[in-house]
Amino acid sequence: MDILLQQIINGLTTGSVYAVVALGYTMVYGVIQLINFAHGEVVMIGAMVAFSVITSLAGSHLPPLVIVLAGVMAAIPACMIMGYLLERVAYRPLRHAPRLAPLITAIGMSIILQHLALLAWGRNPLAFPQIIDNRVFGIGGAAISSVQIAIILLSLAMMAGLSWFVYRTRFGIAIRATAENVHIAGLMGVNANRVIAATFVIGAGLGAVAGVMYGSYYGIAHYTMGFSLGLKAFSAAVLGGIGNIAGAMLGGILLGLVEALGTGYVGELTDLCSWPMAHGWLSAQCADGGNFVLFGSNYQDVFAFLMLILVLVFRPSGLLGERVSERA
Amino acid sequence: MKTHRERAGLALVALALIALPFVLAMAGTAWVRITNFAVLFALLSLGLNIVVGFAGLLDLGYVAFYAVGAYVYALLASPHFGLHLPFWVILPIGATVACVAGVILGAPTLRLRGDYLAIVTLGFGEIVRIFMNNLSSPVNLTNGPKGINRIDPFQIGPLNFSASDTFGALVFSGPIKYYYFLLLVLLAVIVINRRLQDSRIGRAWVAIREDEIAAKASGINTRNIKLLAFAMGASFGGIAGGMFAAIQGFVSPESFILNESIMVLAMVVLGGMGNIWGVIAGAVLLSFVPELLRYTVEPAQMALFGKLLIDPEVLRMLVFGLALVLTMRFRPAGLWPETRHRREMSEGRT
Repeated sequence: MDILLQQIINGLTTGSVYAVVALGYTMVYGVIQLINFAHGEVVMIGAMVAFSVITSLAGSHLPPLVIVLAGVMAAIPACMIMGYLLERVAYRPLRHAPRLAPLITAIGMSIILQHLALLAWGRNPLAFPQIIDNRVFGIGGAAISSVQIAIILLSLAMMAGLSWFVYRTRFGIAIRATAENVHIAGLMGVNANRVIAATFVIGAGLGAVAGVMYGSYYGIAHYTMGFSLGLKAFSAAVLGGIGNIAGAMLGGILLGLVEALGTGYVGELTDLCSWPMAHGWLSAQCADGGNFVLFGSNYQDVFAFLMLILVLVFRPSGLLGERVSERA
Repeated sequence: MKTHRERAGLALVALALIALPFVLAMAGTAWVRITNFAVLFALLSLGLNIVVGFAGLLDLGYVAFYAVGAYVYALLASPHFGLHLPFWVILPIGATVACVAGVILGAPTLRLRGDYLAIVTLGFGEIVRIFMNNLSSPVNLTNGPKGINRIDPFQIGPLNFSASDTFGALVFSGPIKYYYFLLLVLLAVIVINRRLQDSRIGRAWVAIREDEIAAKASGINTRNIKLLAFAMGASFGGIAGGMFAAIQGFVSPESFILNESIMVLAMVVLGGMGNIWGVIAGAVLLSFVPELLRYTVEPAQMALFGKLLIDPEVLRMLVFGLALVLTMRFRPAGLWPETRHRREMSEGRT
């Protein structure tokens, strides 16, 4: 029982991070139907900038919380500028190009960003300084750390904030109008360029925070971290129905949970020795508490993708995605 | 009918291609190897071009089929299982297994469109790689991350592709033999592709790419035709994979990461989707540019600044990324776009 609860807590934590990164993908996609493949790298840069600020302040006598906040506050504008530049340099000139062209520029940009980070921060993984006293609380036989609590609460707050912004403010209406139809929104006086740039900037800002959360949870930052994180988050966005903000949140958390639970249980479930028909040569293998595990926790990433494929087979436009009729 | 001038041009190109490895060998056998990989990537790109360029199905996990082909070859011709089948038996097996994998991927994804298809194929590619990475326990199938080595080279009668033979003044080293073999396969694939493109099937693919509903309404069995695109693309990938395993003599999951899929896609898009010659050019260009940069970046820095300011490896990737961005910025339809595409572009899009 406590293992189940523990895996749920871990899954919720990583799921929250995925969800926040997924919001960046989904907002951009919702407005201009473009997969911003470089978003993962923006998240990585956020973690790196925060790392630099936090390590340089770690020696000072400021309270730890202030130092971490300073790190986040430095990462957010850095990423926002980067998001704006990405849109301006790599995507805006290609807005009317064939669909795959921006995909290639996105790949180019992510190669560039990755290697710039490599130049700036080096090839080795950086140990993220754990300056906040990470206390562990026990609930129902499972443990939850203060970092985990902070990540989950902060993600929820950011999602709520974004929802409020998109659904309750004037600029949010402009974003949704542009997502619906760029041309008509333009006729209604919406400055499409500003809206599109804004989605990149907001997504990048959220990504910066996600990068810091990821870094402090795993205690590590590396110039390649954006790739796998971005991949998971993008899967989460698609899982929920890309372009849909609530979908990104749901997809992220679901993905985190499935990954954690799958990793926690698959070894046990596929241990042939625990199956009733273990006999013949297998029983020799199983003697003296031996095991014959078909799939271990090293298949972690398979669960995420397998679930994604299964969901899309039955709901081709994601969990919360609208069933768009094909346009001729 | 071809004019005399065209025929003479063709003969010249053929002669140049035949002489190429000996010229390159003078600069070093490494360049012959690089050329071989360029041809291998051209094969892969042509396979992916069927799926992405002709049928318009965005596939981000294409390298999975390449991996399947490579592993089939590695398992059937290495000391790992003690099997040493000849290559002409294995290559068709590899193509068939990859073809089946293509249908397995294609069947459940038929209803998916555009970017949803992209992420599912991407996930498929990752799943294949993770399995190859982990299928070393409980039964050692793939030898895990360590990969399989000492894979048999091609062998035709007494002709061993890993050794050198001398005919008169010409030294046929291993890579040069592979080069000619690859060139023959490439030629065959080009012919197949051109015939496909103009066939009923090829036109059906383009129809699906342009408008699936209209294609269906015109009596095209979109399900079978899409599956056929996946299957054919996958088979080409499988063959290329088998040759990769033989040339390299070693396979490991490292060679089949997502970046490889992205690279092949970049070759297709950069060269000009749907246009066979454009795709080949894209493959050759993207194979050679990083290698050329490898040899020029360091001396250039030394000449300009007198010392190494930036790690050449990093600078090489930076220039490469920049090249991708700039090419797409100024030629969004690719360097040599398909004529049909070009027409669409000039008429403007809604």
